[in-house]
Amino acid sequence: MLNRRRFLMNSAAAGAGFAALHLTPAFAQDAPQIQIFVPAAPGGGWDQTARAMDQVLRSEKLISGSQITNVGGAGGTVGLPQFVNQWNGKGNALMVAGMVMVGAIIANKSANNLTQVTPIARLTGEFEALVVPAASPFKTAADFVAALKADPTQVPVAGGSAGGSDHILFGLIAKTAGVPATNLSYVPFAGGGEALSALLGNQVAAGISGFGEFSEQVKAGALRLLAISADKRQEGIDAPTLKEAGIDVELFNWRGVFAPPGVSDDDKAAMIKLVETMAKSDAWAKECKNRNWTPILLTGDDYAKFVAEDTARIATILKDLGLA
Amino acid sequence: METFGHLAHGFSVAFTPVNLMWCLVGTTLGTAIGVLPGLGPALTIALLLPITYQVAPEASFILFAGIYYGAMYGGSTTSILLNTPGESATIVTALEGNRMARSGRGGAALATSAIGSFVAGTIGTMGVAFLAPIVVKFALSFGPAEYFSLMVLAFITVSAVLGSSSVRGLTSLFAGFVIGMIGVDLQTGQPRFTFGTSELLDGVDVIIVAVGLFAVGETLYMASRRYAGKDEIVPLKGSLYMTAAEWARSWRPWLRGALIGFPIGAMPAGGAEIPTFLSYAIEKKLSRHKEEFGTVGAIEGVAGPEAANNASAAGVLVPMLTLGLPTSATAAIMLSAFQSYGINPGPLLLTTQADLVWGLIASLFIANVILVILNLPLIGLWVRLLKIPAPQLYAGILVFATVGTYGISQSPIDLVILYLLGAAGFLMRRFDFPTAPVIIGMILGPLAETQFRRAMTISNGDWTVFYRHPLSLTLLTLAFIGLVGPHIWAYVERRRLRGPEHVPGDA
Repeated sequence: MLNRRRFLMNSAAAGAGFAALHLTPAFAQDAPQIQIFVPAAPGGGWDQTARAMDQVLRSEKLISGSQITNVGGAGGTVGLPQFVNQWNGKGNALMVAGMVMVGAIIANKSANNLTQVTPIARLTGEFEALVVPAASPFKTAADFVAALKADPTQVPVAGGSAGGSDHILFGLIAKTAGVPATNLSYVPFAGGGEALSALLGNQVAAGISGFGEFSEQVKAGALRLLAISADKRQEGIDAPTLKEAGIDVELFNWRGVFAPPGVSDDDKAAMIKLVETMAKSDAWAKECKNRNWTPILLTGDDYAKFVAEDTARIATILKDLGLA
Repeated sequence: METFGHLAHGFSVAFTPVNLMWCLVGTTLGTAIGVLPGLGPALTIALLLPITYQVAPEASFILFAGIYYGAMYGGSTTSILLNTPGESATIVTALEGNRMARSGRGGAALATSAIGSFVAGTIGTMGVAFLAPIVVKFALSFGPAEYFSLMVLAFITVSAVLGSSSVRGLTSLFAGFVIGMIGVDLQTGQPRFTFGTSELLDGVDVIIVAVGLFAVGETLYMASRRYAGKDEIVPLKGSLYMTAAEWARSWRPWLRGALIGFPIGAMPAGGAEIPTFLSYAIEKKLSRHKEEFGTVGAIEGVAGPEAANNASAAGVLVPMLTLGLPTSATAAIMLSAFQSYGINPGPLLLTTQADLVWGLIASLFIANVILVILNLPLIGLWVRLLKIPAPQLYAGILVFATVGTYGISQSPIDLVILYLLGAAGFLMRRFDFPTAPVIIGMILGPLAETQFRRAMTISNGDWTVFYRHPLSLTLLTLAFIGLVGPHIWAYVERRRLRGPEHVPGDA
């Protein structure tokens, strides 16, 4: 049964290869088919990353086609075991994952983790934004931190689900300011839209979420941007980074790709080269600009080191927040 | 009026042959996926997102809007004919709609739902065009405290569907609460009732519960009664479409449903299910044919909720187009399509992308017309499904329910849950427990819990928020009147009837 399926897949690949041969003979030799595993439902950030990759890889003629598989649920911890076990050794496969999965693995006490898969590249990041309603008394990030220090229970902050990147950033800000994480008044919402409406309706004191969720409201003057969590000032954004505002925190909600466990060194090197070429193309830069993604390319061993460090940092803060 | 000028311009965008073609493709596709349980509009649009690389923004949004409205039309078809709701917003439709189908009025149920959808969809779309800025202001004044009070009101009103025995009804309602609690708790990130199964971390999909309890449970019950000769399905009795009496009974529920659905749909946490519950409860209360509810099927119970869910679908577009707030899964995916064109949806969308927004609104009007034209002739065909002999029909329903459930997330665990719930549904039917309250508990329970805890977090544990906020107080007062009002009314009526003897001198 399995052999038959593999046979069918190979012939499908060969068929696509032939099609490519007719259209673009020069690239047909080294344009492979790849498979992208998305541990989330269609439509979200990881899925969009996969579909943007597919689009750019094909338009740059780096691949002849790709097949995207979605297995959604629980911050990626439903899909991860499947990728680790059933996709083992597949040299032409990639999984999209990111910081959200690191948090979910820890919070859900998942049996599998990202040390079991093969790091290929970190691709993009979205920095977070700290905002307040336009009518808020807080004019700067320092005002916000001062109020937090005075009495954290009086400063309800809206953001995404408990233990997600927004909650983590709030925890990190409080920790840097010396406020005990357990006293924080964090109000989780299912999505950016709901958190945004709580801010616009003046239901909460401040909000933390991906910059893209708030950017248009900031432009329209409905929200005030106090600080962003990027590493440096961003062009066209009139707000300091948290570090400039005196809060020594930097955070990117990063997304990257991993190969399955057990791939050969050659396959790994070829995949890194493929993804690197894509990430350096103009078409990819344009996709990132359209979607407010900051390109933060990091490959291979450096990426592995980064994932390990980020995992340790997130584990500590989730423990402080009482979630792990 | 400026709006008319914009709208006229919007129609000039939508009325190009290419855009009309996309509208037709979208509505047809939407109807088809609405019919299939499991494949909802959000997933379909997500799968079609790559189309944004190929076609103009106007064309793809017209396509997406057609799918969105089409799914709302199609979802009611399987609810009515097969007792298998395709979308969570059409679960209530199954209650009376399927009864009607069994007693030979399936054609009328389908017609009232199609025409009601058209009426409410048109009213809702007019609301989007003319009232959006006002409605959104009202919707934003709803905070967690107000939502919780709205849920309390909803709980009180839906007691109408609890059935004859309130103990059995409440038992079902609380069973629904428990199912709704399964999964990661949003407020603390901790898993509840998952028994270490990672597939359960995201909870159980309400469609699976509805299909399991209604369709599978019903099928098992019918199989057990096969030779008892009861519950024969009458394919068609009288006219295929609606009779004059049915028209007269439908038009008020359509209007009331639209008025309930639109504002609640526009609320960021309103959703499409709550307005259908409220509409059903109100129609049951106001109907002059109460004896038909739950027996042969009352047309008001189909007309109202169907209108409510279509109007709420239009309502969802209000915060999306005026503020860039996605308040449903489908809206969120449509917003991500905006982004792949480099358009940032937000408060400035109406001014920076007027062509796109008004073209989209105009195409919604056109989609509504196309949908009603598309759906009415299909009724004759759909009703023929009921002529299939019972064993084959129920076997087909079982296959349909299974395939649809697997389609939701391709998870075998979901199938196990479906059949466990099917067995539970059979037992409930056998021992006369109503199944609808399970669904209501499952949807309202977790919402009420989440909003209550949010309100408590924001107020730092201060209970008084629920009556210090005027809007919240109003809703709680309404709920209180709903709870004690009927008893006081009954008491007054008794006094009045006995009045002359006991109160001498009363003029």
